[in-house]
Amino acid sequence: MLVVACVKQVPDTTQVEVDPTTGTLKREGVPFIMNPFDIHALEESLRLKDRYGLRAVVVSMGPPSTEVTLRKALALGADEAVLLSDRAFGGADTLATSLVLAEAIRRLDEREEVAVVVCGRQTIDGDTAQVGPGIATRLGYSQLTLVDRIDEVDLRARKVRARRKVGGWHETVEAPLPAMIAVVREINRPRYPTVPRRLMAEEATIALWNNEVMKLDENKIGLKGSATQVRRIFSPERAKGEILGDGLSNPEEAAHLLIGKLIEKDILYL
Amino acid sequence: MSSNAIIFAIVFLAAMALFAWSSFRRFRLVALGRPEDRFSDLLKRLGGMLVYAFAQRRVLSRPFGLNHFVLFWCFLILFLANTEFLFGGLFPDYVSLSRLPDGAYHTLAFIFDVVSALALLAVVVAFIRRAAFASPHIGGLSRDAVTILSLVAILMIAFFGLHGGKIALGSEPAAYMPVSGFVAGAFFSGASAGSLAGYINFFWWLHAIVLLGFLNYLPYSKHMHILTAVPNCFFRNLSRVKILPREEFKKGNTFGVGQVNEFTWKGLFDSYSCTECGRCSDACPATFTGKPLDPRLVIHDIKMNLLKNGPLIARKKTPVLPLIGDDKEGSIAEEVLWECTTCGACVEVCPVFIEHFPRIIDMRRYLVEMHAKFPEELLTLFDNMEQRSNPWGIAPAERVKWAVDIEVKPFEADKTEYLFFVGCAGAFDARTRRTTVALAQILEASGVSWGILGRDELCCGDSLRRLGNEFVFDNMARENIKLFADRGIKKVITQCPHCYSTLKNDYRQYGAELEVIHHSELIAHLIQEGRLKLDGAGDLGRVVFHDSCYLGRHNMIYEAPRKVITSATGQEPTEMARHHAKSFCCGAGGGRMWMEEPIGKHINVARVEEALEKDPETICVCCPYCMIMFEDGLKDKGVTEKVKVLDLAEVAARALK
Ligand code: SF4
Ligand code: SF4
Repeated sequence: MLVVACVKQVPDTTQVEVDPTTGTLKREGVPFIMNPFDIHALEESLRLKDRYGLRAVVVSMGPPSTEVTLRKALALGADEAVLLSDRAFGGADTLATSLVLAEAIRRLDEREEVAVVVCGRQTIDGDTAQVGPGIATRLGYSQLTLVDRIDEVDLRARKVRARRKVGGWHETVEAPLPAMIAVVREINRPRYPTVPRRLMAEEATIALWNNEVMKLDENKIGLKGSATQVRRIFSPERAKGEILGDGLSNPEEAAHLLIGKLIEKDILYL
Repeated sequence: MSSNAIIFAIVFLAAMALFAWSSFRRFRLVALGRPEDRFSDLLKRLGGMLVYAFAQRRVLSRPFGLNHFVLFWCFLILFLANTEFLFGGLFPDYVSLSRLPDGAYHTLAFIFDVVSALALLAVVVAFIRRAAFASPHIGGLSRDAVTILSLVAILMIAFFGLHGGKIALGSEPAAYMPVSGFVAGAFFSGASAGSLAGYINFFWWLHAIVLLGFLNYLPYSKHMHILTAVPNCFFRNLSRVKILPREEFKKGNTFGVGQVNEFTWKGLFDSYSCTECGRCSDACPATFTGKPLDPRLVIHDIKMNLLKNGPLIARKKTPVLPLIGDDKEGSIAEEVLWECTTCGACVEVCPVFIEHFPRIIDMRRYLVEMHAKFPEELLTLFDNMEQRSNPWGIAPAERVKWAVDIEVKPFEADKTEYLFFVGCAGAFDARTRRTTVALAQILEASGVSWGILGRDELCCGDSLRRLGNEFVFDNMARENIKLFADRGIKKVITQCPHCYSTLKNDYRQYGAELEVIHHSELIAHLIQEGRLKLDGAGDLGRVVFHDSCYLGRHNMIYEAPRKVITSATGQEPTEMARHHAKSFCCGAGGGRMWMEEPIGKHINVARVEEALEKDPETICVCCPYCMIMFEDGLKDKGVTEKVKVLDLAEVAARALK
């Protein structure tokens, strides 16, 4: 049986700068990383692999350069990687993305039964948190979001028990398998790749599934299949800050200044 | 042949055979290690062997070293006497000192007599020292020590009994053997010829048995060093900086050392050479602050592991005792391996040139690379280094933020002479940024042609290499070297001893021939050339100087920073109790900067206390890590109002005319 982790390669948003003249985001030269939430999803899939003897498959949709991220997943312990890449998939919103990913999982399931799909709660570039639920809905899987602990996967009884972190409390839920589980970052501490695994991953073959393989309706994927369109990317205006005092050499005075300012701005009341 | 000689011949052959067999069994295990070339520069090796093994330079640097020196030379001289003794026993009719010409015979007899007395005296001193003045790490009157000292004492007593008897009997001349002569007068006067012959026979056999017993005891005790110390000095690492060889990242290879035979033969031979003198333990900051790491025990555990597993490995069987991870003798606990700051104090003091921390890094490599096992807090460091090429994981664009208020130029090939390699701390750490600015001012003031890489600068990878993450280090080193080559960089200024040592020494393994200069050397040089004028009237009060491990011990830069302080303040810096090669680590090297220190006293606090003993107003450092560690230590002691820490560049910049 399979556990499938969905990961996305994203620009390292903390390194994206705003072009001071045009006010747009400068994307060139920004390094790509594995979406930080997805690292935890991958880790959780590997833990399920270790706990229940599942085979771990990692799936990602993106340009061919996504290979780097998939190799990283293989180095961490995934058994197999599938890259969903085609010009026709490009420009997709969450609606079109979840369609492609769901189809890929369905195809994997034809070969070997899928027990659990693990997704990160959201990506740091889109922040929608819609793709996981989208996949679950399309495949008719149970849908467990905001999970911060997987208590048990019972393959015989075909159910999963997990804890969700909702608002200020936890709830423990049980759902039938197959299930899509979207995890929060607190769920685990990711592992680190060993060198032999890294070397193995460098040479491993990554399955490439383009639309010739997937055979999806061109009107339902990519930009054409997207319900939302991005008109403009900009960073919101921020009021200019002001530097007060010398906090380095006189922290006490700095604290006084800060509290004074906060009171003055009605943020703090005495 | 007399019956005595026949019996002795049998005993002698048996003893020699036993000795040869035990030695073979031990040394055969050394051959299990990986190959390593320690045969280069034979003349230099020979020279070092004379200075360190025969002249005992390192041994003599401690008070009781003189006693060891005496004992060592007594042994060498008596080796001759004992050879004569043994062969005289085998061939009594042919081998005897007395068959030499009179002059030679009398001189040798005199020397052997006096030297035996000296040896006995040295043994007594050693006993007293072990009983009353032993440092906590040498085991005082351990069984091993008592056994060996007693054996030597008995040997000497037997020598005097034998020769005293002979003198009383009139078969040896008293005039040339003052001590034996005294023994003859004091103990054997009036004894009959018959009883004298009995005594002589008794002492002869006592001497013979103890001598052969001693020989056979050696391979089984710490006194194996009598056999191994001299060759170990010969095969010592000739380079000052002890960097591990690169690894070849090929599928199927294993990385680091997880099983004892994965050390090189020299690593194993080192473990046989330890004299258990405890100097490394005394010098180690981890041991000093009460942590489980004790470099002597690391070496001891390697030896015990080899003795236990070696014979199995030789027969292609699975070892029974793990090298890493057990709490037993012969196994090294993981936490111990993470406590080392790679300060090099252990290697510096070891009289027989054992290399402790490189073995620790060997094992760290194994843990990190083969099993991804390391203290939790290092995960963030490793990820930050790999993704952002700096330990904090700050965006590279921030690398130029230190220069908001001053003008800096990018390095341009053929136009700029020096690259100022700012370093991660210099670029990101708020406190160290002030050092960076100070150094920039100095460079400007002395008209040095310099430029920076700005946001393109990468981390040198020092912490990764010391922590055993060789795979990521290897990538970073190659990236850096490519960057330097692409930009036409040949001369580099660093303010961090870790960048300095890594660019200068570690990158050499990659074929990079950079001219790297640490700011302490550069500033001293600029002053000397008259390009930099300091007023020598600093307002810094008493300045205490701290030697950074990677500047001092690892790279032998001791005087340059002291000269700069003198020029800047008009007074020589005050020395702490431990300085120069004996300096005590700040606690941040070897990747310890990025780790918690849960056990024992904090190393930085121990060092700050040592500095405070000198009642300074200023503590001068030459390293961003030392800066952070000292500032934290001063906060801990609550004396930040009274004492400040300044980098050498800041000390110099304040005195700019
Ligand atoms: S390098 Fe320093 S910390 Fe490490 S074992 Fe040697 S003395 Fe101790
Ligand atoms: S390793 Fe060197 S310094 Fe340490 S106890 Fe052994 S001989 Fe002495």
